[in-house]
Amino acid sequence: MSELYETLAARIHERFGEKMHRVPSTCGELTYELDKDSLIEIATALRNEAAFGFEMLMDVCGVDYLNYGSDEWMTNEATDSGFSRGVEREPVILDEADEFDADRFAVVYHLLSLQHNFRLRLRVFTGSGNPPIIKSVVDIWNGANWFEREVFDLYGVLFEGHPDLRRILTDYGFIGHPFRKDFPLTGNVEVSYDADEGRVVYKPVSIEPRTLVPRVIRDDNRYAADLKDASDG
Amino acid sequence: MAEIQSYTMNFGPQHPAAHGVLRLVLEIEGETIQKADPHIGLLHRATEKLAESKPFNQSIGYMDRLDYVSMMSNEHAYVMAIEKLLGVQVPERAQYIRVMFDEITRILNHLMWLGAHGLDIGAMTMFLYCFREREDLMDCYEAVSGTRMHATYYRPGGVYRDLPDTMPKYQESKFRSKKELDRMNAKREGSLLDFIEAFCDRFPGCVDEYETLLTDNRIWKQRTVNIGVVSPERAMQLGFSGPMLRGSGVEWDLRKKQPYEVYDRVDFDIPVGVNGDCYDRYLVRVEEMRQSNRIIKECIAWLRKNPGAVIADDHKVTPPTRVEMKDDMESLIHHFKLFTEGYCVPEGEAYAAVEHPKGEFGIYIVSDGANKPYRVKIRAPGFAHLSAMSEMVEGHMLADVVAVIGTQDIVFGEVDR
Repeated sequence: MSELYETLAARIHERFGEKMHRVPSTCGELTYELDKDSLIEIATALRNEAAFGFEMLMDVCGVDYLNYGSDEWMTNEATDSGFSRGVEREPVILDEADEFDADRFAVVYHLLSLQHNFRLRLRVFTGSGNPPIIKSVVDIWNGANWFEREVFDLYGVLFEGHPDLRRILTDYGFIGHPFRKDFPLTGNVEVSYDADEGRVVYKPVSIEPRTLVPRVIRDDNRYAADLKDASDG
Repeated sequence: MAEIQSYTMNFGPQHPAAHGVLRLVLEIEGETIQKADPHIGLLHRATEKLAESKPFNQSIGYMDRLDYVSMMSNEHAYVMAIEKLLGVQVPERAQYIRVMFDEITRILNHLMWLGAHGLDIGAMTMFLYCFREREDLMDCYEAVSGTRMHATYYRPGGVYRDLPDTMPKYQESKFRSKKELDRMNAKREGSLLDFIEAFCDRFPGCVDEYETLLTDNRIWKQRTVNIGVVSPERAMQLGFSGPMLRGSGVEWDLRKKQPYEVYDRVDFDIPVGVNGDCYDRYLVRVEEMRQSNRIIKECIAWLRKNPGAVIADDHKVTPPTRVEMKDDMESLIHHFKLFTEGYCVPEGEAYAAVEHPKGEFGIYIVSDGANKPYRVKIRAPGFAHLSAMSEMVEGHMLADVVAVIGTQDIVFGEVDR
């Protein structure tokens, strides 16, 4: 990690102390996790205080950590049913639960400071409530408007204080939040033109989900922490 | 006289000046825009979700299809994010090739933009002129990757193959005379580098031609000067990047400020606007084409002198050569594993941004250690620019909407993803 970023990390620690929790990073980038209640206060300070000067918000991104760290490749129970053999498919869960796992949905902000030339990543978990709610940063960075609409559309995270929280990328009248991990890749409905009715109709999807390459996680010792540190130093 | 009320007008999604599938709902009073509400997503293909279901390498091709007029720049951000996570070192020659093709891509993109923007606001000839030069650059893409647009040429660890020694030539056909054929093939006798160099020598003259047609043109200036003015403060506040930010006078270019690959070793200047209107952004982009031309020339000179590997030698990530594979067991295993399962990327997250022709194009990858990304987020510059549409057209006339769409350099492949 470069000197510049160590300076920034020191400044953040001095200013915010325990409110911002630093996450170890492997790529020379600074990542912090913070509580959703302190988001507005910290974001305002990061933008307005000269020591930070993050005048630009480059990106707002939703992440659904539902299947994080799980693989699909169950060789023990492999059958002979083709490429999808051994892949255990979770049934589709409809999000009717009152609560989610508190670590499930996160919103990630990428900040950029032009005057100091550094970047910062903030991650805020939305907590366990359904629907997940978080405060909007539109008043701090106006550019967040569409990015937050996108996160709402794709993940169903609500942004409190957003002036115009409508769907943005999906179709008019779309149901569900397609980037959630429990939303199937094929979707739930398909459209076609019905000649008899003379209009476009929605039907349940007819294609079967397939796995061409199963998801596997392998421990690669080359990336083990102690080896990596040794090669960096 | 009856009182004129404001009314709502629909623009697009099928409109030649909408640059794709943009639907605008405009609130108009008389002919003055009060509010514009862009409806996007008509080209949404869920690239990010698709990428989650595929091994890392298989998504490179999808990146071409994001901003489909600057294909290799998109790939660049994606492979850079993977390289960051893997910690792979890219050979120097591959870095120069990437920089050269990034700049070729920038010229490709700006030519497309100039032609379309000109066509939108009344300069018909520009389109024909720009496409004449684009054709040659497309041929460079084809020579190096086999396809004219969706190249899939950059790979984690380098580029797919070295620059070819011969250019593909036009074939004989009954529609072409021998003389015509010789004329068409005349500049294709040498290697790809010769072809690009010939282009670079010719191109500044072409840019002069475009400028003769537009820069002092009265109609062009009437349509662009003081249209869509954005102050530097607002530009930063709205998340602008690239020529949109520089047109407002903010001196910010990732190639200079956060250099990647070999941008710190090539010599070029960053043009900056003053007024932040459509005309300044036009001047910035035209000057960028000239600067790109300079960078390409420097890269050609370096590449001629320095042969070498173009892809990293780490066969956990890059495929071994066919020859090695035929008589080395380990290479065969590497090849098989790489093309069936892919490679596992260590757990972590990375954000890689490149100075894309349109602005900052960033890829944020979250990996949980699997052979597929856990989450890929594409930060498209056009998305942020289009979100400022309403602010930029407010108070302007209906005809200026088209000028603003043009100046934003909107391409729906990246806005909708």
